[in-house]
Amino acid sequence: MSREVRTKSNLEKVLASGQFAVTGELGPPRSAARDEVTEKAKHLLGNVDSVNITDNQTAVVRMCSLSAALILQETGLEANMQMVCRDRNRIAMQSDILGAAAMGINNLLVLSGDHQKFGDHPESKNVFDIDSINLIKTVKMMRDDRRLLSGQEMAEGTEPRIFIGGAFNPFADPEDYRVLRVAKKVEAGVDFLQSQCIYDMVRFKKFMSRAVDMGLHEKCYFMAGITPLKGLGMAKYMKNNVPGITVPDEMIERMKGVPKDKQVDEGMKIAAEQIEEMRTLPGIAGVHLMFIEWEHMVPRMVDEVKIGPKYRK
Amino acid sequence: MIIAERKPFDELKSFIADKKKVLIVGCRGCVTVCNAGGTKEVGILASELRLDAAKDGRELTVDEHTLERQCDPEYIEELLELVEKNYDAILSMACSVGPQFVTARYPAEDVYPALNTCFMGGALQHGIWVERCQGCGNCIIHLFGGMCPVSRCAKSIQNGPCGGSAEGVCEISKEVDCVWHLIATKMMETGQAETTFAPVQPFKDWTTSRDGGPRKIVREDLVK
Repeated sequence: MSREVRTKSNLEKVLASGQFAVTGELGPPRSAARDEVTEKAKHLLGNVDSVNITDNQTAVVRMCSLSAALILQETGLEANMQMVCRDRNRIAMQSDILGAAAMGINNLLVLSGDHQKFGDHPESKNVFDIDSINLIKTVKMMRDDRRLLSGQEMAEGTEPRIFIGGAFNPFADPEDYRVLRVAKKVEAGVDFLQSQCIYDMVRFKKFMSRAVDMGLHEKCYFMAGITPLKGLGMAKYMKNNVPGITVPDEMIERMKGVPKDKQVDEGMKIAAEQIEEMRTLPGIAGVHLMFIEWEHMVPRMVDEVKIGPKYRK
Repeated sequence: MIIAERKPFDELKSFIADKKKVLIVGCRGCVTVCNAGGTKEVGILASELRLDAAKDGRELTVDEHTLERQCDPEYIEELLELVEKNYDAILSMACSVGPQFVTARYPAEDVYPALNTCFMGGALQHGIWVERCQGCGNCIIHLFGGMCPVSRCAKSIQNGPCGGSAEGVCEISKEVDCVWHLIATKMMETGQAETTFAPVQPFKDWTTSRDGGPRKIVREDLVK
């Protein structure tokens, strides 16, 4: 499988070549400490194809995703700069996209964004001028039509050459509508999609089978989101407290079945098994390793399952 | 209608802490229907303020009056006779339009809002009111199965539901229905999910909303 490459993105190059892609994730610090970005990046360098830089995730103020993405790129990694619709109107979004592209950002991943109620400024006003699907459309229009939303044209070669990413959550509701919403993202022009953390493999496979039946995997690369369980406590927390994440009872039982000091290993083992399954699952083009504040475990995982840049010919 | 609720008693008390003669003005419009500022509520607040003043040993006269509406100058005019009695403060129990119209007509008066104006909505049952409209100025609920994502989705998204929708409720609270869950379910049940509802919704034009600045409607056929 080989597809046309439209940007300078390394991630796109890997995906288009049909190789199993691996992305990581890095949350910027709640300060101006650039060292925190470079320290986390050390664990990811050479192990992943590109790294998502979150945009004030969970509505908590952090270093802006563009700056953190640029710091990351200085280390030799490629960034997937995230942008949420909560904090910017269409003017700021387009402006930031132009600025990011000018500074060498090749990948942009767009999301609705967590409601500010969850964050450290619940009293703030939100924006939500446009939603994630219309933001995908915006980036595509800027790139492929060389036009801003106003209709303002950009001269050839001055348009942002961005590989457009989005998210999908097969575990949110209504279950049957989820694949149709992904179809809307594909229609809007998304190039790659990364999923929410997967624990319920049955539901995930059901979702992918529908996506493949609709031919969506031929128009967009699907990447499976993997977050290892660090222990029984985390498994229960994810099951009961995180909207849109399902953890099957069997997985809770499996974690319960091992002593507390072996639960990290068990969580890693489950994740490794999931990755192995994803490698042959129809429609899946790679994995997105969301090792939240656990970046140092990424090298162990990629070595265990032998994925990522250093295991390719 | 406009749904409002009375401000906390302590806040109202703080407005009139140093006043001796107060007029409470109710409204027979929306706030009567939503049990926030009609004749009955004016009476209740007046009694509470009188009792509280008596308890504290403060001198306080509270008069009551309810207008047909406070969003129409012709009714505001009716207050003239009362205003001439020189009140230290006027508490308006209308939506926020009321105290603004009263102040505009009687600029020398010390006017306070007694209600918090909350939203445009309706009653699900007696005692429960929900938001249904944000006055975006360009109604498109027919595209969404007769439901409004602008007012009922926490993110006002046009192409939902977002990833925070689980078991029919919104990520912000289990008490809030996910309107996009309702919309998507209706579209699937009526067979429109993969047909008329499939295309991406266009970018919302907010010029007719508050974002275009304070709004005004002029009906030339009605203006004399």
